Amino acid sequence: MLSIDIRKALHGSQGQMHLDVNIDIKQGEFVVLMGESGSGKTTLLRVLAGLEKAEGEVYVEGNSWTNVPTQQRGIGFVFQDYALFDNMTVEENLLFVKRDEKFARELLELTELTGLSTHHVKSLSGGQKQRVALCRAMMNRPKLLLMDEPLSALDVTMRQILQSEIKKFHKMFGTTTIMVSHDAESAYTLADRIIVLEQGKIMKDGSKDSVLKKEEKIVYTLSS
Amino acid sequence: MIDFAPFLLSFKLAGITTLILFMMAIPFAWWLSQTDSKSKPILEAITALPIVLPPSVLGFYILVVLSPNSALGGFFEDTFGVKLVFSFTGLVVASCFYSLPFMVQPLQNGFESLNTHMLEASYLAGKSKLQTIRHVALPNMKPALITALIITFAHTVGEFGVVLMVGGSIPNETKVASVAIYEMVEVMEYGKAHIYSGVMVAMSFVVLLLVYIFNHKQKKIGIV
Repeated sequence: MLSIDIRKALHGSQGQMHLDVNIDIKQGEFVVLMGESGSGKTTLLRVLAGLEKAEGEVYVEGNSWTNVPTQQRGIGFVFQDYALFDNMTVEENLLFVKRDEKFARELLELTELTGLSTHHVKSLSGGQKQRVALCRAMMNRPKLLLMDEPLSALDVTMRQILQSEIKKFHKMFGTTTIMVSHDAESAYTLADRIIVLEQGKIMKDGSKDSVLKKEEKIVYTLSS
Repeated sequence: MIDFAPFLLSFKLAGITTLILFMMAIPFAWWLSQTDSKSKPILEAITALPIVLPPSVLGFYILVVLSPNSALGGFFEDTFGVKLVFSFTGLVVASCFYSLPFMVQPLQNGFESLNTHMLEASYLAGKSKLQTIRHVALPNMKPALITALIITFAHTVGEFGVVLMVGGSIPNETKVASVAIYEMVEVMEYGKAHIYSGVMVAMSFVVLLLVYIFNHKQKKIGIV
């Protein structure tokens, strides 16, 4: 169980605002964070990862994370821009997190990247890079997986491939996951629960069916 | 017959200075690249002073600080029996001040050019700052690294004013190539001065050419 109660002053898209979030997330839940740019979604992920400071508390299984440094939180994080280690091969990127060759091979097999394991990450396509980033985030078998718009830089085909891999990983490992997304269709496919932020505050929080409405031709939009 | 001792002394001085500065400048340049401290511009300005100050001014102050009558010079002479003026040790100390910006600035630029998310991915993988610098930051800024090392070495080989003021011209102790050329011109031995100067020009050109070729190649293979 993840319990978040944080506050932080931010410069958002519409000037000064306050991120004020108080939520509980169940073990194994897949939460999609939605909202306009500058509404505080990425900041919330970064605070959870310990990359930014905020007032308040984050509790994981009853233990406070306030004074736990990023290195000891055991979080998996997928950045929008992949953030792979450019000086390493695909396999080295995974093994840098943990020297568990068997698990690295297993993850690469699951994402059909085995043939690229010795390739330099600089030579990969955007979709391949993001799949490597997903595998790398899973290497330390995280309690919590955070993903900051992992699909937004990809074309439709690659987005669907990665989406199904994210779903596969979630089913296999049951990792509690929070993903930031602008894409309502991905949110509908992946989420157990959708939280919509506006100006740093939670505007909607509920199951995907209660937050999203299904429009014609399987296009999902936020319900009014 | 050409006496190569001044050249060897110049290379020895440049090698030791480059090594010392490299070890000292990495943590300092890293700190400068990561900090938002108000003292940052002050420290940056102090670091850059040797670029704009006349070598005679710098040499004069270093001479004052290192002389046996000063607290520092007196301490070294009384405690370790080491003379810091008109000695090779003094030249090394003076060169470290003189060449400081040529090591710190390329390293700081290199650290600042790195993708912040890549460094954060390393922290999220459980790695300390030291491990991140060693395994992620430095290997991903090779051109900056090579530039810092080679320019510092070449600049130290070429220094004259500071060396002359702090070290004088003691054969095999402080008489480096640039000082030797100055003395040859003084006694109108232009032939020898031409040979020494020609060697310095050729060496400097080759060093700079190697830096540019290396950086060009790195850009081509996409490491930069």
